Amino acid sequence: MSPLPINHPLLSWSRRLADWLFSPLGAVAALALGVLVFGCAYTVDQTEQVVLTQFGRPIGAPINSNKEATDGAGLHFKVPFVQQANRFEKRILEWDGAPSEMTTRDKLYVVVDTFARWRIVDPLVYFQSLRDERSALSRIDDIIGSETRNVVARHDLIELVRSDKTRKPEQDATLAEASATVGTLPPIQFGRMELEQEILAAAKPKMGIWGIELLDVRVKRVNYKDGVIEKIYDRMISERMQIAERFRSEGAGEAAKIEGRREKDLQRIQSDAYRKVQEIRGTAEAKASEVSARAYASSPAAADFYAFLQTLDTYSKTLGSDSTVVLTTDSDFFRLFKRIDPPAAPAR
Amino acid sequence: MADPRQPFSINRGGAPAFDVRGLAALAVVAFLAAGLARGVYTVGPESVGVVQRFGKVIGTVGPGLRFKLPFGIDTVTILPVKRQLKMEFGFGSPGATNPDQVSAEQARESDIVTGDLNAAHVEWVVQYEIADPEAYLFNMREPGPTLRDLSESVMREVVGDRTVDEVLTIGRQGIETDAIAKLTALVQELQMGLRVQQVQLKNVHPPTPVQKSFDEVNRAQQEREQMINQANGEYNKVVPRASGEAERKLRDAEGYALKRVNEAEGDVARFRALLEQYEKAPEVTRRRLYLETMADVLPKLGGKIILDEDAKQFLPLMNLPAPRAEARRTER
Repeated sequence: MSPLPINHPLLSWSRRLADWLFSPLGAVAALALGVLVFGCAYTVDQTEQVVLTQFGRPIGAPINSNKEATDGAGLHFKVPFVQQANRFEKRILEWDGAPSEMTTRDKLYVVVDTFARWRIVDPLVYFQSLRDERSALSRIDDIIGSETRNVVARHDLIELVRSDKTRKPEQDATLAEASATVGTLPPIQFGRMELEQEILAAAKPKMGIWGIELLDVRVKRVNYKDGVIEKIYDRMISERMQIAERFRSEGAGEAAKIEGRREKDLQRIQSDAYRKVQEIRGTAEAKASEVSARAYASSPAAADFYAFLQTLDTYSKTLGSDSTVVLTTDSDFFRLFKRIDPPAAPAR
Repeated sequence: MADPRQPFSINRGGAPAFDVRGLAALAVVAFLAAGLARGVYTVGPESVGVVQRFGKVIGTVGPGLRFKLPFGIDTVTILPVKRQLKMEFGFGSPGATNPDQVSAEQARESDIVTGDLNAAHVEWVVQYEIADPEAYLFNMREPGPTLRDLSESVMREVVGDRTVDEVLTIGRQGIETDAIAKLTALVQELQMGLRVQQVQLKNVHPPTPVQKSFDEVNRAQQEREQMINQANGEYNKVVPRASGEAERKLRDAEGYALKRVNEAEGDVARFRALLEQYEKAPEVTRRRLYLETMADVLPKLGGKIILDEDAKQFLPLMNLPAPRAEARRTER
């Protein structure tokens, strides 16, 4: 590495600084500066507020404790060693409660999990009464826990679950038909939001004395306790089973209806056809008879002739190869077999 | 450095061999230079940097190579304002970079009591971004976990006002819109510096022990349809066919009727014609017709026996086919 040029300005400047630092006066000044910077000066972040204490006793007004502004943030000075800067959070803080078992007015065991937001509005009081956040959180635990328990015990579970008093649920038309209770919401008087307000109203004043402002309390989770949940499941199952049965029975009923209609339609169609057929045939037969009767009974001669013709017709229809006839010569047909002379008188 | 004395020794003209002061001065200079170098930082293209001097905000800077005062005078917080952030409830995708994305108690998150005091298993996602870096940093200490808690609270509020059937099927859309509206209002009210962009329901189903009975309802519904369809099928298989058959019988009957009447009329016509002839010469016509019939009938007969009218004793001796004898004798 080549050395810097001997007349480089940086070199001459640092040489002068070194000269000064190593002179007795310079050393004292540098030490004083260090003490001033690290002992007197301190920064206040925009996220914090500071209470100065002198041997543990608070001195002066808290710094940067105005809720609405952050003008206190920046570089500040104090007396070194004697005074101490105690920093506190200025931002909104979260309190997340542990889930705890509670009993509602209607004797249901539930696990309620709440959370809340709070902030330190009076750091001086906060510092004097609580010192740190851990003890603050444990106080908030106690207060919100017990207030929540009180409020929950005064109301039915449904008040903790529902919030909109007027809401009408949408219904699944097929399910609504199957059961009167399915698809309806039990009515409420207050609702979750009012309960949360109740808890907040009860808890808030108790925290003012610690310089804490409680901003809100909200219910994060409400669940049935183990052991209760099984009963809820049983109820849900029986409710669904009942709907399922209803559907099945509806199906069978509908099918039976259709089957009945089928039988009825079948009988109607068939009997209707039968009736019409009989009518048609009857009419036709009547007409045929009428036509025949008119012709065959028009005169005694016609009737006689008809009887004769019918007889002949019957002969040709009934006599065949499986018939044997025994005829005598007395018959009309074989009369000539015996005698050829014409009959004395007409045979008939 | 091969020879530390060199830069100083020339100037000092044979003074001390090891110049402590020169070395110290160099250290101070190096310290200052290193400090200045540490003041250089970059802001990524998706981010902004919020700069605080002695804890007080002095501004925000956009993406690029930036410089701040070192030695704790300036501090910079870099926030990815353009990044889509996501929170998952009731489930968790592995490998999330956002510490607020997945929680440790997913099972507890997803069990929700519905407005008809049933239970449902609901998984959902909230998508958000940092909208106001200063509000995000300075109004609330834990905006991420707070948004998680608020999301859970809001989702329970919305689901708590609905029936289990709405949650599972028909009301999903409504839940999403209600939840995003309520969550947005809360986030704005608390000035969290976040913007909620989407609330999406993911997997929603009945609790596992109950799932079967819900499936059973679906199955029963299907069965009902099937039974009705089957009955209708049976109906359709039989009734139109019967109608057709009825129609055929009617046509048959009509045909028969036509035939019957026509035949009767034909017979009558024939009869009239014959009658006319008969009336002109009854005896002759009678005889002719009789003989014609005989001529027609006799050749077809199986046996013909002609007896003299006086031979009365012959018949019992004849070897006639027994069953027919009686019948035929009457025809005489």
